[in-house]
Parts: sequence; C-alpha cells; structure tokens
Amino acid sequence: MAELLQFTFSGLTVGAVYALVALGFTLIYNASDVINFSQGEFVMLGGMVTVFLALGGVPLPLAALLAIATATLVGLALHRFAIETARGANAVTLIMITIGASIFLRGVAQVVFDKRYHSLPPLFGDDPIRFGGAAILPQSLVVFAGAVVILVLLWGFIDRTLFGKAVLATAANKLAARLVGIDTRRTVGFSFAVSAAIGAIAGFLITPITLTSYNIGTLLALKGFAAAMLGGIGSAFGAVIGGLLLGILEAFAAGYLSSQYKDAVAFIVILVVLLARPQGLFGRAKVERV
Amino acid sequence: MSVRPLNERPLAKDMPALGDRAGSAWRTILGPLERYRLTPVIIIAVLIALAPLLFPSAYYYRVAALVYIFALAAIGLNLLMGYAGQVSLGHAGFMGIGAYAVAIGPVHLGVPGWLSLLAGAAISAIVAFVVGRPILRLKGHYLAVATLGFGLLLAIVFTNEAEWTGGPDGMSVPRLVLFGWSVRGSQTWYWVSGVCLVLGAALAFNLIASPAGRAMRAIHDSETAASVLGIDVARTKLMIFVISAIYASVAGSCLALFNGHITPDAADFLTSIELVAMVVLGGMGSIVGSLVGASVLVVLPQVLTVLHDYEHMVLGLVIMGVMIYLRSGIVPSIAMAFRGWRR
Repeated sequence: MAELLQFTFSGLTVGAVYALVALGFTLIYNASDVINFSQGEFVMLGGMVTVFLALGGVPLPLAALLAIATATLVGLALHRFAIETARGANAVTLIMITIGASIFLRGVAQVVFDKRYHSLPPLFGDDPIRFGGAAILPQSLVVFAGAVVILVLLWGFIDRTLFGKAVLATAANKLAARLVGIDTRRTVGFSFAVSAAIGAIAGFLITPITLTSYNIGTLLALKGFAAAMLGGIGSAFGAVIGGLLLGILEAFAAGYLSSQYKDAVAFIVILVVLLARPQGLFGRAKVERV
Repeated sequence: MSVRPLNERPLAKDMPALGDRAGSAWRTILGPLERYRLTPVIIIAVLIALAPLLFPSAYYYRVAALVYIFALAAIGLNLLMGYAGQVSLGHAGFMGIGAYAVAIGPVHLGVPGWLSLLAGAAISAIVAFVVGRPILRLKGHYLAVATLGFGLLLAIVFTNEAEWTGGPDGMSVPRLVLFGWSVRGSQTWYWVSGVCLVLGAALAFNLIASPAGRAMRAIHDSETAASVLGIDVARTKLMIFVISAIYASVAGSCLALFNGHITPDAADFLTSIELVAMVVLGGMGSIVGSLVGASVLVVLPQVLTVLHDYEHMVLGLVIMGVMIYLRSGIVPSIAMAFRGWRR
C-alpha cells in the first residue's frame, strides 16, 4: 500500500510537468495548428536561466521571473520570425521549423550556459513529508500546486476576459475570428508567449527534483506530445489528464516492472489507447469533408 | 492538390519520326528509357560514377558513402510521406532492425552477412506488416505519435537486451564477405552503397509510375475520394509502409556493415527525426530531393565541426531557414523557380 502511494506521488509529480508541456502543445496547436516540437526547450530555458542567474548572485524569485521573461520573449520571437514568416506552409514543414528551432535553442544553451547538469535548492527544504508510509518531497507538492495555479489562472483568463474569448474564437475558426475584428496575429502570438511561460515555470519548479541541463528538452517534448495525443490533441482537459496518466504509468512501470522498460510500457499503453480511440481520450472525432 | 497528368513527357512512340531508320533507332534507345523511367536513374548513376574525380582523400569517399546510405532510407520514407502522405516518426526503428540483423546474425547465429541483410529486410517487412495494419488507421498527428512510440520501443529493446545487442555500447559487426570477397574500406563501400542507391532509386521511380503509385498519390490527395474510386486504401497504405520499411532496413544493414560497429543510436528518435528532415528538406514527393536532403544533413555536420560549439546553432538555423524560404523543400522549390524563369 505504502509502495502504491509512493509510486502514485512520484508519478503525479512528473506527470504534472508532462501535463504543463502538453498544455503548451495544446495552446499553440489550437491557436495555429502548429505542433511545436521546441516546447521542451522552454522548460530547459526556465531551469537553466534560473540556475545561471542564481549562480550570478540574482535572488531566486527574481531569477525565476527573469527566466519566465526570457522564455516568453523566445516564444514570441519563434512566432514572429519563424511561424509567421512561414505562414501558409504545410503542417510537416511547420513541424520541421519548430524542430530546427529546438536544435538552435539547444545549441545556444550549450554555448551560453554549459553541458553539465544543474540543480536548484528546493523551496521548502529536503525533509520528506511522511504520509501513509510514503515519503513525499515538499518540492513535489510545490510542483503540483504550481500546476494547479497555472491551470486555474489560465482557465480564468480564457473564460472570463474579452481577450481570452478572442483566443478561443481564434482556436475555433481563424477566418471567422478575423471577420468579427479579432487581431488573430496577436492572439496566436499570445498563445506562443503563454506556452513558453508555462514551460519555463514547469522548468524551474521541477529542477530541484530532476535536475536540468541543456539537452533535457527533446525528451520532454516527446513526452508532452505523447501526453497531448493521449488526451486528444486540442483538448486542454485532455492534455492535463494525458500528462498525469503518462507520469503515473511511467512510475508504476518503473516500480513494479522494470525501470529500463518504463518508457516502453508508457508507449504501449498509448498505442493501445489510440487503437481503441483513434482521436485520443477526450478528442472529438473529425469528419472528413471531400 | 491537383491531379497531374499521368504521363508528363511524351513517350518515344510519339516522338517526331526522323525518317524510318532513325525513328526506329530512337525507339530502341528511348523506349526502354521511358518505360522503366531510367533517365533520372542514369543521371544519378553518372553523377555517382564521376563524383570521385573531385575527391582528394579517402575521407570524402566515407562521407559520400554515408550520404548514399541515408539517401536510400530517405527515399523509402519519401515514398511513404511524400507520395502516400503518411508520416512516420519511427523509421529509424527499421534501420535498427536491419543494422542489428547483420550484427546478431553472424555473431550469435552463425548466419553469413549477406543472408542476415536479407533476413533483416524480411523481418522488417513482417514487423511493418503486423504493426502497420492497426497503426495506419490513425491519421495525421496521431499516426505520428504512434510511429514515434513504435520506434522508441525498438530503440529501448536494442538498448536493454544487452545479451544480444551489447547494450548502450553497441556491438561490432563482422565484415561482409561476398563470394569470398571481403567488402571493406571507404572506397569499396562508396561503390557498394552507390549501387544500392541507384537500384533503390530505380525501383522508387517505377513504383511511383505504376498503378499502385497512382493509388498512393490519390490517397495523399483524399482518402475518401480514393476509396470512392475503388482504391483499397488500407491495403495500399500497408504495402507502401512495408516497402519503406524494407528500404530503411537495407540502409541500416549497409550502415552497420560499413561502420563495422552498431549502437542503439542508429535506431533512436533523433535518427528518425533526421530521416524525416532529409525528406522534408530535400522536398516531399521528390526522389532526387531525398538525395539532396541526405547530402545536406550528412555533409553539413561534417563541415560544421570546424565551428565546434556553434555546430548545433548553425544546423538549427539552416533547417529553419530552408523550411521558411524554400517551404516545399530544396528540389521542388528550385524546380518551380526554374520553370517560372523559363516562362
């Protein structure tokens, strides 16, 4: 029982990060139909910028804020100079552009920072909290709380403000949104900025637990993409559930079966789910028009 | 996308008659060229044969051989992506099957290298057939994530079954021996991989022009429309998936035999992405494009090593730049510009 609880907690912690990355994928996909494979690099930037500013003597909260700002600027630049310039290109070309951006950002990070692994001090110390025989790191709770706060804020913003409704309208139908006077370039740019900021927050929250380095982005992008597809691409709710599920699956597979095959188990489950429901858990089936 | 006329160039029989004797001479020369789509293949073969004139050292043969091997895999993937319109982010998995077949066959099972290569291709075909059936029902990004997962699974197996594969450090691959002739050295492999590429390209050109190729292109344009026309969509997709897996497997075998060593890196996600990048960069739906894409992505990192740490930055910028400014890929974009200029 204690074991089960332990695996569930560690799974939920990693799953929360997957969920945030998947949410970033979903936001950008809804706004622009682009699958942004450089999503993981935002997480890397969030962690690395915070670490190096903190090493340079900047107080941690300020360093974290600056890291979010950096990632947001990178997200905006990606939209403005790459995606916007290539408007009208087909889906695979756009994916290749984001992959190019991901390689570029990794290259910049290895030059500006370094190639070593780095950590941050946890927010509330290292002493694990005992709960039903399981030990939880306080930082795990921070990660989880951070994810919940982001979700609530995002939902509030999208649902309760005029600009949020404009973002929704853009996602629903870009042409119609433009016809009613919404500046879709701004809403799409906003989606890139928010995705980047969410990634950066996930980055510095998880760094005390999993460490960070210039090349963590690829694997995170992979997992986030898989989580978004598991939930059904385009569904924010699905992205969050997909991320948490993927985290728990991995933790259980690593704990009960074999840590070497944990990724394999996760992907086998995703394959089985997709074969049973080709549109993901919460995605809507599309009808093809001819 | 509009449907192109099926025969873009006039056949030899429609050529203006240059007197009776000259006309029949033309027919005997041009007839087979046209029927078997040999013109582009012959151009590729001539280029491969002439390229060594420009090579100052053995190192150039080595890089060129790598280009041909990756181009072979890229052509196979291009058939699937560019012509049938199905994405695969796991094709390096099939390269891995081919590569480990020629390593495990001779080392553990005592099977000769050439037979292991064929066995690897057969295993890849069977795996693609079994996996492709359910997976190819998925569309677009869902297909992408399913193939990605499949490729990842294979890479994990290659990494973890250390007893057979040597684990993350990989294993050495015995030299290929053909009829008592040991195939070794960069120059020899230049010619072997060149011949493989020419054969692969010839097959691809003919496949595209065949009825199956037309069915493939119809599926790319619209699956529903294709099935209304009586095309068995599921079967055609599966067939092309199997064929592209065989291309990747043979390329993987060549890579392993050429390097004399194999690690799970050959099968991992980044290699899959690299193959996709070769196809897209060179131009989806252009066989010559795959050769160009493979050249760029194999040669560029070699050139960029002089930049040391800045290598990835420049590589990323080049990929982004090409995709933004030549969005249909290098070869189709240049062809389009050339056509516009001629008019």
